Amino acid sequence: MALFLCGRVFRLLTLLVAVSLLSFLLLSLSPIDPVRAYVGADMLKVGPEQWANIAAYWGLDRPLHERFFRWGTAILRGDWGVSMIFRRPVLEIIGERAVASLALMLTAWTFSGVFGFALGVGAAMKQGTWIDRVIKWYCLTLASTPSFWFGLLMLLTFAVWLGWFPVGLGVPAGVLAHEVTLSDRLHHLLLPALTLGITGVAGVALHTRQKLIEVLQSDYVLFAKARGESDLQLLRRHGLRNIALPAITLQFASFSELFGGSVLAEQVFSYPGLGQAAVQAGLRGDVPLLLGVVIFSALFVFAGNLTAELLYRLIDPRLKLKERYL
Amino acid sequence: MSTTASTDKPLLEVSGLSVSFIQYAAGLRQRTFQAISNLNTDIRPGEILAVVGASGSGKSILAHAILGILPGNALVSGSISYAGQELTPKRQAALRGREIALIPQSVNFLDPLMRVGTQVRFSSLNDNGTAMQREIFTRYQLAAGTERLYPFQLSGGMARRVLVATAAASPARLIIADEPTPGLHPEIVKETLAHLRELSAAGRAVMFITHDINAALETADRIAVFYAGTTVETAPAGDFCGEGERLRHPYSKALWQALPQNDFRPVPGSQPSPADLLPGCLFAPRCWLSTLECASAEPALRSIRGGTVRCHHAA
Amino acid sequence: MSDTQSLPIANRRFSRLHINRRQRTVIVIALAAVFLLSLLVGAQLLDEAGLSTSLTERNLPPALAHPFGTDWLGRDMLVRTVKGLSLSLTIGLFAAVPSVLIALVLALASGLGNKHLDAAITWLADLFLAVPHLVLIILIAFVFGGGTTGVIAGVTLTHWPTLTRLLRAEVLQLRSAEFVLVSLRFGRSRWWVATRHLLPHLKPQLLVGFILLFPHAILHEAAVTFLGFGLSPHRPAIGIILSESMRYLSAGSWWLAFFPGLALLIMVRTFDVLGDNLRLLIDPRSAQE
Repeated sequence: MALFLCGRVFRLLTLLVAVSLLSFLLLSLSPIDPVRAYVGADMLKVGPEQWANIAAYWGLDRPLHERFFRWGTAILRGDWGVSMIFRRPVLEIIGERAVASLALMLTAWTFSGVFGFALGVGAAMKQGTWIDRVIKWYCLTLASTPSFWFGLLMLLTFAVWLGWFPVGLGVPAGVLAHEVTLSDRLHHLLLPALTLGITGVAGVALHTRQKLIEVLQSDYVLFAKARGESDLQLLRRHGLRNIALPAITLQFASFSELFGGSVLAEQVFSYPGLGQAAVQAGLRGDVPLLLGVVIFSALFVFAGNLTAELLYRLIDPRLKLKERYL
Repeated sequence: MSTTASTDKPLLEVSGLSVSFIQYAAGLRQRTFQAISNLNTDIRPGEILAVVGASGSGKSILAHAILGILPGNALVSGSISYAGQELTPKRQAALRGREIALIPQSVNFLDPLMRVGTQVRFSSLNDNGTAMQREIFTRYQLAAGTERLYPFQLSGGMARRVLVATAAASPARLIIADEPTPGLHPEIVKETLAHLRELSAAGRAVMFITHDINAALETADRIAVFYAGTTVETAPAGDFCGEGERLRHPYSKALWQALPQNDFRPVPGSQPSPADLLPGCLFAPRCWLSTLECASAEPALRSIRGGTVRCHHAA
Repeated sequence: MSDTQSLPIANRRFSRLHINRRQRTVIVIALAAVFLLSLLVGAQLLDEAGLSTSLTERNLPPALAHPFGTDWLGRDMLVRTVKGLSLSLTIGLFAAVPSVLIALVLALASGLGNKHLDAAITWLADLFLAVPHLVLIILIAFVFGGGTTGVIAGVTLTHWPTLTRLLRAEVLQLRSAEFVLVSLRFGRSRWWVATRHLLPHLKPQLLVGFILLFPHAILHEAAVTFLGFGLSPHRPAIGIILSESMRYLSAGSWWLAFFPGLALLIMVRTFDVLGDNLRLLIDPRSAQE
């Protein structure tokens, strides 16, 4: 186990280094002049010496490898730079927004996990019947739905027409920060979370259905049937147990899609999360912030995959017990 | 050989059973596989009936048909009756595990994520499952910790004993053992056969499906010879002796003579494929006694000298 | 003696279903292809007049004259949607083709090359999968300075890893097949083996993989243009149409978002259906489903 973890940590490090190197390289190739992006509308007021000063301040006049080295060591020290858009340390911004994004993603993730699993099990148990067909059709359609369009529909229905939920943002507008309550936050969280969650149900349901059908067609379920076990008993005793692990690993391996989805959901609802930060950074050329978000997202995806692998090793007796002999 | 073979009414009677499957062939055409054709057999309480045939001749399908667990694309005709009453699908569902139990071929038929002790306990269908399971494990000389093992951890011999235990723990009066000794070490084969005899001594009927003739001869009271999806002869085990002159069907005689301890002489040719069965007697193409009558008309089931046979030339 | 009462466990419906299913598959493929082609053709045929602004017809809800309504400049939404769809389709094509080619080349190299090459390519694929798709596309689009090239490059570079993995598995399986081993023993170069032996076997996977790549590519392209990258308001793809509609939603112009998105959904779904049915026909392994 220890060996496995060490190997994984090593992989993470090489991966992160590679990701940052690649991103850094790409960004330095960008035709966008970061100084121009920063100065923006004040372009006419900034003279050439001032331009050079700004460039020197950011170390843009140094050679590439030196810049990367400086940036890399700074990152390791915890100095992720200052965001051009927000004029605050990148790490601070990521910290704040990560909380909001994680809350959104966690809610959506739980929702799609629970409902997706239930739908998948239902469809598999009633395979071939109209229930199965309806669920399959529903999920396949949902999987082809652009999640941001779905978000717009949710916005239209629940915020504009019905007025049950706010039209956007993370907190009520015009309310002082210390007066924002948890229920306010939840109120603003709900629509984006539902958008992300409902569109996420499709993948989970289809996967669960497939796995359960495989289990139900296995030899050991055939024998269980020969023993007179009823459908419900088959599900409870053998079905759930044998699909639990694939279902859990799928959940954790879907962090990448989850993050991507949250970028879109946040945009539709103007929800101040990491996704929105990434979009702003990309549109307005805020290199430090963009790099910061890229690295954070890579860490996030890695955490998900690692958790999936760990759970497998810990839960599946075939792996857990075999390890003892190593 | 069991000594409690009785002359009571049969516990299970199979008449004219035919099972076929519709499958996709190459190019998305469909074909009919006739896995079992017009099969007749019966088994009495406390007796051991061995169904002996070559590998892949559809013997497992017989077991599944009796239990009612054939796949969805199977077409079944004929009749099966248990304890004198028709075995409808509904009745099969009610009797599975309760009156009729299966001993599966390998640990692949056990849930890989569940300890074997728990799985054996499921067979007992009532509250004393744990006690029953422990008693059987002790009787089969399985160590105390075995019940906590997972199927993949069982050695060959342990696996056999656990598989038999799943049937022994159940209240079933009819036990179908599907290939209980596939290519196993002779010691383990002997042990497994002893367990089957034990079950029959307790009054349960055992249908023992196998391709191992010697094992069948050692254990069974009667032997049903299975060929190309049907039973060509059912004979008392004692008829398999000498040159096989007491046997009724040419195939049974050929089978007996093909054994290493006898002439070791095989019959040329091989079983017909279930996809292209010809009319008439299924053994006719390979039979040295075949006549025109054999190729056109399927022989009827006849009772001769205490056994049954399907052959135009049997005596 | 034998009671011929039938105990049908399956019913005869199965045989009729089977024949119907094959015909159904072909029909579905034909319909899907026709639909997609007509989109492309239709977009060409609908002249620019349909896109003319008409200030007297602004913000009209759906009616007979304008089935999808009009936007804030009086432009007919149906025309805008069809043109937007075909634009998205074209962009998707420009992204899918290179993606598939990259996947093919890398999969062949990975499967046929030495262990180090294989490890390197697998590592590279993992690298591209380490970052969420959308974030990576944003990064790449930014690097290209925004614009459509950036979007196409972004979508291309995020979709090759999954297909590469699939094809690589196929190549590895084929590689251990006897005819390939014999060929290599005879001294045929790996290039020859790749083109003559492996490619024909990979064709079904390639075709199906290509068709199924489209929906993903299109959805991602729409997503990223929705976010504001690759912005070119003069030839708007569906993503831009949808992002522009956001401004008018609170005013109640629901049709500005509803129809374009629905059309996009239908188009993506059509590709999915096309790909799945094609797979049923071509890939012998899934014929039994």
